[in-house]
Amino acid sequence: MNNMALADKPSAFDATFDVEALRRQFPVLARHVHGKPLAYLDNGASAQRPTAVIQAVDDYERHHHANIHRGVHTLSQEATALYEAARDKLVRFINARSRAEIIFVRGTTEAINLVAQSYGRPSLKPGDEILITHLEHHANIVPWQLLCEQTGARLVIAPMNLRGEVHAEAVESLMGPRTRIFACAHVSNALGTVLPVRRLIAAAKARGIVTLIDGAQAVPHMPVDVRELDCDFYAFSGHKMFAPTGIGVLYGREAMLERMPPWQGGGDMILAVSFAGTTYNNLPYKFEAGTPNISGAIGLGAAVEFLAGMDRDAAQAHEGALLRHATATLSDNPKLRIVGTAEDKASLVSFVVAGVHPHDLGTILDADGIAVRTGHHCAMPVMDFFKLPATARASFAFYNTLEEIDRLAASIERAQKIFT
Amino acid sequence: MELNDLYRDVILDHNRQPRNFGALEPADASVEGYNPLCGDRLTLRVKFSGDRIADIKFEGQGCAISTASASLMTEAVKGKTRAEALLLFDRVHSLLTDDAAPSDHLGKLAALSGVREYPARVKCASLCWHTLASALKAEAPASLPAVSTE
Repeated sequence: MNNMALADKPSAFDATFDVEALRRQFPVLARHVHGKPLAYLDNGASAQRPTAVIQAVDDYERHHHANIHRGVHTLSQEATALYEAARDKLVRFINARSRAEIIFVRGTTEAINLVAQSYGRPSLKPGDEILITHLEHHANIVPWQLLCEQTGARLVIAPMNLRGEVHAEAVESLMGPRTRIFACAHVSNALGTVLPVRRLIAAAKARGIVTLIDGAQAVPHMPVDVRELDCDFYAFSGHKMFAPTGIGVLYGREAMLERMPPWQGGGDMILAVSFAGTTYNNLPYKFEAGTPNISGAIGLGAAVEFLAGMDRDAAQAHEGALLRHATATLSDNPKLRIVGTAEDKASLVSFVVAGVHPHDLGTILDADGIAVRTGHHCAMPVMDFFKLPATARASFAFYNTLEEIDRLAASIERAQKIFT
Repeated sequence: MELNDLYRDVILDHNRQPRNFGALEPADASVEGYNPLCGDRLTLRVKFSGDRIADIKFEGQGCAISTASASLMTEAVKGKTRAEALLLFDRVHSLLTDDAAPSDHLGKLAALSGVREYPARVKCASLCWHTLASALKAEAPASLPAVSTE
């Protein structure tokens, strides 16, 4: 591994959190891009994998692969045991009540679609309302729009303010007698805003409204306890929390999942099939039709173990320092405007630079080895709200450093020079 | 990969001061182009004199590559016949995607050749050209659907 360029800079602000030792566990962070050390600041789009995850997947592929829940042979039993052990790790990770509450899906998008179609479609009537907020990712908008078309329900949008905050009072005032589902992000992917989900869930619950939280951007940054949150559904993706792509989790309260019909039909979700009718399998298998992403689930289990083995308080403190440093450093640039200035933010900064289009900025930063996301972040209503076609977004993980943020600020200035 | 090969002086100049930028009323054809990846949007309006492009203007917002490409394009095709403009479209398309494409006789448009080293940016440069091709090929230009690069 070639990470000498980074190995000699200890973290200055927290002696107990050894960011360089942590970085060595993520092999890709040692690579160079266009001759410069990679500064990976696009964790909101997808985070990198630690060796522990890579090795868990590799070990499964080399030694244990077979189909699960089927064979009596050794490999099938081993694969099944590894897959189900991953589920057990997820039960503990989010403090679910049982394995029945952890449904493996492709990602957050599939999880939300599952709830919309399996819970929403049979239960919503014309005139019923689904409440979301203005800052949602398209994955927490479009499934509900489809559901509205199918059922005659109405989508209601709770407002955000110019800082990109969603106030609980504003949302609660829209929870009416016809509101059936409330769905919102735990953390905004485009702005970083942390939403007051605990209060919103309590308010919804008091009115008998079913709740779904899109946790895709929260799980990598903070411990999540679904029982403490008390939501009905919580959705998240593996690849944003240091696991492979194509695997994610829908947590559902068992009583809810129990009364929902299967979403997709096929193998593994049945107990008995005849042409006269089919008996569905028990939870969680009822919602896992077909051969699942076995290696992905095992990788996700390894990522959960990796996170559980970390000092997450220290990681959160480090991310807080990254956010403060990025906010202060970027704000020093008079032509730069940070978009999304909520009081409670996760460690990401969305911004625009006068005179430099975000897309050009992305190319110039890349030439300096710095990876950021540019575009609408799959949140076009947020862009419309701020009357912007796009922003640049630097999104941090606990393995990022203050030096990388300084390089970002310097590279932005270089881009400004090109365009003046 | 050199940044100044992408952001050549011609590109920077046409981004800073886009030519033929603004409204064109009345126009014989008006087509919208949209690149959903980066949010670039442009409206291209063309006035014909017989088979020739008598006037052409664009409006919208986009990155430097997209703005400069549209500006250079309007300069290059003004006064050309539909067939000549479509031939130019083909040549620029090759220039943006094919390393072996010749850039002779393309004049200032040759400055776009740097874009092909940046695959993620080819759509920025080609958006306006696809929009133009749609305007030129249409039988009934008044009812054209928007062009998308996705």
